[in-house]
Parts: sequence; C-alpha cells; structure tokens
Amino acid sequence: MSWVILGGFVVLSLAMLSPIVLAVINSVKTSEEYARNGPLALPEGFDLSGLTEFWVSVDFTNKLLNSVLISVGVAALGVVLSLLTAYGLGVGRVRGRFWILALFMVAFTLPQEALVYPLYFMSKNVGLYDSQLAVIIIIGVLQAAFGTYLLSSVLSSVPDEVLEAARVDGAGRFRILTQIVTPLVRPTLMVLGAFFFVWTWNEFFIPLVLLPSGRNQTVSVALGSLFGQYTSDPVTTAAAAVVGILPALVFFILFQRTLMRGVNMGAVK
Amino acid sequence: MGPGAGADAAPAPPEGTTMTPTTRTLSARRTDGRLKRGEASRYYRYLIPGLLGLIIVVIVPALANLGLSFTQWSGVGTPEFVGLDNYSALMGDATFWRAFGNSAATIVAMAIIPTFAGLFLAALLFDFLAPRFGGATSSLFRTVIYLPQIIPIAVAGVLWDFLLQPQTGAVNAALRAVGLDQAASNWLGDPSLALPTVMVILVWLQLGYTVVIFVAGMSRIDPALHEAASLDGASWLQRFRVITVSSLAPEIIVILLTTTVAALKVFAPIYVLTAGGPANATMVPSYFAFYNFFSTLKVGYGAAISTVLAVLLTVLAVVLLAIQHRHQEGSR
Repeated sequence: MSWVILGGFVVLSLAMLSPIVLAVINSVKTSEEYARNGPLALPEGFDLSGLTEFWVSVDFTNKLLNSVLISVGVAALGVVLSLLTAYGLGVGRVRGRFWILALFMVAFTLPQEALVYPLYFMSKNVGLYDSQLAVIIIIGVLQAAFGTYLLSSVLSSVPDEVLEAARVDGAGRFRILTQIVTPLVRPTLMVLGAFFFVWTWNEFFIPLVLLPSGRNQTVSVALGSLFGQYTSDPVTTAAAAVVGILPALVFFILFQRTLMRGVNMGAVK
Repeated sequence: MGPGAGADAAPAPPEGTTMTPTTRTLSARRTDGRLKRGEASRYYRYLIPGLLGLIIVVIVPALANLGLSFTQWSGVGTPEFVGLDNYSALMGDATFWRAFGNSAATIVAMAIIPTFAGLFLAALLFDFLAPRFGGATSSLFRTVIYLPQIIPIAVAGVLWDFLLQPQTGAVNAALRAVGLDQAASNWLGDPSLALPTVMVILVWLQLGYTVVIFVAGMSRIDPALHEAASLDGASWLQRFRVITVSSLAPEIIVILLTTTVAALKVFAPIYVLTAGGPANATMVPSYFAFYNFFSTLKVGYGAAISTVLAVLLTVLAVVLLAIQHRHQEGSR
C-alpha cells in the first residue's frame, strides 16, 4: 500500500515539476532546433543565446536591480512600521487597540483594485507617478498592516516582569523598544522581513499601474507585460520564464528555513 | 496585498494560529491594568507612523474610490455625480455577472480543490510516507509540490503561455506524441476551453500552499488518537475522516476562507494569460475593474465594480474573524 502511495507521489511530483523542467530544457535550445525537434526533445547542445538575447533585450539587470531595491525598501519600511505600531498596541495596550487592529485587518483584506485609482491619481499629483518610492510606500504600508496584526500578538506576550525590570532601571519607552523588545523578537522580525521581501518580489498589480516606464519596472511586471512582443519565439519565451524563476529559486533556497518557520507561525505564504 | 497564494493569491493573509493568540491575549489583559491609563496613553505616539500610512494609502483611497463609484469620470476634468447609475448599470451588465460567475470557478480552483486535495495529500505524506520512507522523503515531496508557489505569478503566466502555445507548445506536442492529435487544442484561445485551462493552472499554483499548511497542522494531532483508533480496527480512511478532519477543522475553515479571498482577488494570471478573453470567457472582477479604469477610462464604473468586490471581501473577513472568535471561546 505504501508503495502505491509512493508511486502516486512520484507521478504527482513529476506533473508539478514538468512545466519548469520543460522551460529549462527548451531555454538552452536554438530556435532552429526547437522548430526541428519540438519542445519534448532533450537539447542537443547548450545554447545560451536565447537567454542572453532576452536578458539584453529587456535589460534584465536593470529589472533585477529595480526589484531588489523595491523589495528591500518594502521589507525595511514594513518591518519598522509594524514594529512601532505593534509596540504601541501590544506593549503599550493603548485604548481602542481591538478596533485599531480590526482596521489593519480590513486594510489587508481590501482588494487593491478598490485603492488603485485614487493612489494612481494621488501619486500623479504629488509627482511620485512612475517613481519606485511611491511603490515602496504603498506596498510597505499594506504589508505593515499584516505585520502589525501578526506582531502585536507576539509583543503582547513579552513578559511583564521584563518590561517592569527595565522601567525600574529607568529605561524610557523608546529604549525599552530598541534595547529590550527588539532583540527579544528579532527572529520574528527576520521572518516578517523575509516574507515582505518575497511578497514584494512577486507583487504585480501596484507596480504594473504605478511604474509605466521600462526603466523603472520590476522583474514581474517586465515579464508579465512586455511579454507580447516575444511570444512569437518559443525559445525566447522559455528563456524569459527561466530567468524569472531563477531569482525566486535563489530566495527560496536562501530563505527556506525562515519561510517555513513563518508558515508554522501563521504568517502564511 | 500582493503577496500570496497565486499572486494575488498572494498575499494570502492571516491564518488561524496567528489570530488565536492575538485576540485572546489582548482581551485577557484588558482587565489586568498593568499599565496606568496615563502611561498607556503615551504609547499612542508609536501608532502615528502606521496610522498615518494607513490613512494615506488605504482609508483615503478607499473612501475616494467609493465616492468615485457614484460618478461618471474619465480621469480628467471634474467627476460628474450620477448617483447609483453605475450600480444599476452593473446589474444589467452581462460582463459583470460573467466576471463574478467566473469567480466561482476561481474559488473552486484556488480554494476548494486545493483545500481538500491538500488535506488528503498532507495526510498521506504524514501517515504513510513519513513513517515508512522517512521524513526526508516526505519533505522532498512537500517541497516539490510547493515549488510553483515560489514562482512569481506573472512568471508562471509566461511559463504556461509557453507550454500552451497551440502550434509549438509542449502540451499539444505531448498529446500528438501519444497519438491524441484530436485533443490538441488552442487551450487559452478557445472560449470553451480557456476557463478550465486557467483553473488547472491555478490548482497547480495553489496546491503546495495548502499541503504545507496542513502538514504543519498534522504534527499537532496527538498520535495516541490514531493509535487508539487503529487498535479499535478503524481503517485509515475512517481515521482520516474522523480524527484528522475534525482535529484540523479550524485550519480547514481558515484556509478555505483565506484562499477564497485570494481567489476573489485573482488578477495577475488572468492579465498575463488571457486578458479576460476570449470573449470574456475568463473575465474576473479585478481584471474587469482594471479594464474599466485604465483601458476604457470609465473610472466611475471601475470604482463601482471594485466597491462591490471590496464589500464582498470585507464580509468574508468579518465571517473569518467571527469564526475564529467563536472558536477561541469554545476552546477555553
């Protein structure tokens, strides 16, 4: 029985993997070879011209840098905002905290479509349209709404004795935050930062609307929207998919432990 | 939010385990009065940056969008107040109903199938593969199934675009290779096939998410329950139905609701794969709103569509909170 189940999982895994494997093997063919042998044949050689052509034609280095800048910016802003707000709610226990938390929850449940036009209009009026700063602020605030929600429960479990001892020693609220609370919850902050980074990397809608010019675009937007121009050539399409998957794979390997810990904490994907 | 399950599958928001401690701790401490009133009020300044951001990025835009839904506006000049005209036009708009009807399909593909298939697969991994072939084998399968989740949704769209090309794509090539030439189709270009095809892609994207969550949940079930039941002669399927499903009931409900939220928000796969076509066969609410905002410049109409979507999602969020709240009450 167990062997049958094992076989079933092998088949399922192959089915899950095959789209990625097919993109990889076809990205290293020449167009002529693809036309001759079709997509299912193994590559005859190792031809990187499809990959490099795509890379150069969309200036992929630039897209990578844009994505890194925006994702790091959002992770930093999101963690700082979440920490400050969660400190007020979880440690400070200000009045009305239940409703404030509910407000943050509504904020990350609302569809971005219900915010996007006013945000587009506002950013045009303050000169932040087509600016990565606007994208960092908007996504950072949206993700901090989730981070606040998660972190305030963590901070409210910091033992009273620890906080009381610090107060007796004459530490002010800001010093307690930076020197007592932050080191205590550092692992949670790392998880949160890793999630914010990956989420932002995958973010599509807001960058699509707010970053129209190619020079400022992220990897996701560049692949998802510049795309039509390349669909004629399957090797280029496969190459585009592969260069889009590669950075995600790198992050997954780097962050795997952190992300899985987050899943167990409830910071779902 | 962006992140999450299936792109906007993304941001798959919160999950039960998070909320449970939150509300419980907050309400339990509400009365312990460890901080004096004046002392607590000095913490308000720590809320300023977060709340200011929330006002600028969420509250003002959401209210502005609501206001715009009562107007006719092309994005320039002054919006013209038209009352409820946009909403009454929506009621008679076949595309609007089509979009929400297709949401039922995305809910099946992103919430219902992944939740139940994910639960079943997680139980097989946990109950059979891990004990028989070792934890490493089971986590290898889990990782492989999870892999599509790490791919940016737009990139997944490009990938499937490549696989599904009618003349040269791998899917049709594979069908022809095994003699099923008849079955080779224009998967995304045929109005009757486009939606089912998109659904298969969404299941592929989403399955790993639920498997990982449920495997994590399984480890919290007391193994003694399963042992006692098998001594009593219960088959695996019986134990799965009775013990696993009922022990994980809170997770199941939360996952079902959060993935439903993600399914209602789905945008990127549609944008990349089909742009809502052919002939609106894969139109979804978020893409329909986007299309009205930025393609036809019917901003008021787009605002009305997104308002309907926002109301629907807020209702789901409230249901989610209520269920979790009740569950905590029950578990005390």
